[in-house]
Amino acid sequence: MSTSDQQAARPRLAVPELLIGIGLLACAGAVAWQTLSIPVSPLYSKVGPTVFPYITMVGMTVLSVLLIVAALRGGWQPEEEKETPTDWKAMGIVAVGLVANLVLIQPLGFTAASVIMFVLICHGFGSRRPLRDVLLGLILALAAYFGFARALGVNIGAGFIENQLNTVLDSIIRMLRV
Amino acid sequence: METLGHLAHGFSVAFTPVNLMWCLLGTTLGTAIGVLPGLGPALTIALLLPITYQVAPEASFILFAGIYYGAMYGGSTTSILLNTPGESATIVTALEGNRMARSGRGGAALATSAIGSFVAGTLGTLGVAFLAPVVVKFALSFGPAEYFSLMVLAFITVSAVLGSSSVRGLTSLFAGFVIGMIGVDLQTGQPRFTFGMSQLLDGVDVIVVAVGLFAVGETLYMASRRYAGKDEIVPLRGSLYMTAAEWARSWKAWLRGTLLGFPIGALPAGGAEIPTFLSYAIEKKLSKHKEEFGTVGAIEGVAGPEAANNASAAGVLVPMLTLGLPTSATAAIMLSAFQSYGINPGPMLFMTQANLVWGLIASLFIANVILVILNLPLIGLWVRLLKIPAPQLYAGILVFATVGTYGISQSPTDLVILSLLGAAGCLMRRFDFPTAPVIIGMILWPLAEAQFRRAMTISNGDWSVFYKHPLSLTLLTLAFIGLVGPHIYAYVERRRLRGPEHVPGDA
Repeated sequence: MSTSDQQAARPRLAVPELLIGIGLLACAGAVAWQTLSIPVSPLYSKVGPTVFPYITMVGMTVLSVLLIVAALRGGWQPEEEKETPTDWKAMGIVAVGLVANLVLIQPLGFTAASVIMFVLICHGFGSRRPLRDVLLGLILALAAYFGFARALGVNIGAGFIENQLNTVLDSIIRMLRV
Repeated sequence: METLGHLAHGFSVAFTPVNLMWCLLGTTLGTAIGVLPGLGPALTIALLLPITYQVAPEASFILFAGIYYGAMYGGSTTSILLNTPGESATIVTALEGNRMARSGRGGAALATSAIGSFVAGTLGTLGVAFLAPVVVKFALSFGPAEYFSLMVLAFITVSAVLGSSSVRGLTSLFAGFVIGMIGVDLQTGQPRFTFGMSQLLDGVDVIVVAVGLFAVGETLYMASRRYAGKDEIVPLRGSLYMTAAEWARSWKAWLRGTLLGFPIGALPAGGAEIPTFLSYAIEKKLSKHKEEFGTVGAIEGVAGPEAANNASAAGVLVPMLTLGLPTSATAAIMLSAFQSYGINPGPMLFMTQANLVWGLIASLFIANVILVILNLPLIGLWVRLLKIPAPQLYAGILVFATVGTYGISQSPTDLVILSLLGAAGCLMRRFDFPTAPVIIGMILWPLAEAQFRRAMTISNGDWSVFYKHPLSLTLLTLAFIGLVGPHIYAYVERRRLRGPEHVPGDA
């Protein structure tokens, strides 16, 4: 942030940066609202549960004001970022992939939801071979599922595909033990 | 000489076949994720945190430390061959390293960075082994007030002093504070920042935050920038053997880099950016081949910063292990791994968990040996990883990211938070907000709060404990100087430069 710009040609207001500053101010407001709703027992009169939230709120308010001031003085986004146009379409498709995953993960199970997300993200990044991506996504999702579920013992909601494979895998393990 | 005895004991822990296997696994995985753009050690260790429920602490920390060191080695390969620094610490390596690769000396650049990493990593680990007990002795006299002040100092250094803007660094830090406070207050049992949602009572897991900011944020960011130019992989040419002249130019740079990196890493400020930039500047100044800098690539400009980077990575472990003070995102996530075992890093760790600490330090020596082998003779293997096409790479990262997140509690709420944090992470990248302070803030703020309350309870609510204890006052003063000093300095410099002949817009 160079404050020396002031003397140069009148700096223009930077809208995206201003929105970030205002957004942060709103966050500080939310912090204040949530802090006020913390019930304080009189027993903890020394350092109750609200002291640190208040410190955070004050800090955030000050910082958001500083960011708004910086935005009014022309913003701070690096030149290189400003010059790169945003590929909204690619970003949008990736976002759709993420949303699809979180909506579908419970009804369809992890593997199916992951494959759908995988294909969508590949598409967003410009891959035009959906069939190969389906196959790759399936292999990766199964590797991730079994890596985490079986090796790390993480319980991931199993859908149809996982249940079938778990049954197969368990019977193989049982056979090997015998 | 006590340390040597401890180290010998540590090696007896680390040299068991099982722990050697964890070390090999960690270093291999670490090199791979270091090479791959878009994946870093903080994200990888976060995704692997569930392993702490499965294996002994020694095993998981040997694994994590292997990943941590391995990522440093792997990151330099990407910087040299692709000119896309995987991490901020390897930006400087890319400056000269990529130029060397373009002028056909990529092999020598990779060799000096791998051997330099080995030298610096080994010396840095020795530094940890000998410095840590000293810090422990000193830290035993710390009370809660000192710990709190030390954390305040660390907050300022990691967010306000390093990085391009103190306001943006502090903004990231405070965002981390808010996330860290979500959930039930442990002392009073009051829910905080839950917005009335029962899913938030347990707080937001560090896995969700790390994965959201680093994996989802990075993927959205890369998708948004598809119009930006792509970096090309420079094919690996030139022998991996360094000539006598190259050795002669490298070894001093390695040692100077180590001497810069380790102390700066070990300060409760951390960060590898400053020592790498300093080392680059020094090498450029001392070099007899100044004409190679910025043109064909100077080997000193790779050797020095790479050594500084690895030595500071080792240095970061000192405040982490002895004070429980993480100064990088990766160290903060490792701290949460300690918490998940119910172990509190700090001076007592060296007494109560001697097996763990010294086993870990010994395994770092072994990791360095494995890594130099993995990264020189097997370099071709890692270069091939660079050829994974971006669509499948990022889609694959997100598959692992969601499995790691969903596995925590099988709740789609976590995935919603993950996506929101991903959007925030992408915005932060585009508007130059650092992400590491978020992680450090969320882990360290609750700890700072606990120390603060302890100090106030002991003093019967008297605030003066923080400035009447000389050490605490010193730490707070340093924090204040760190916060205000650079601004005053910049102001004075501007006044000085802006003499009567000031040209508008010249600053």
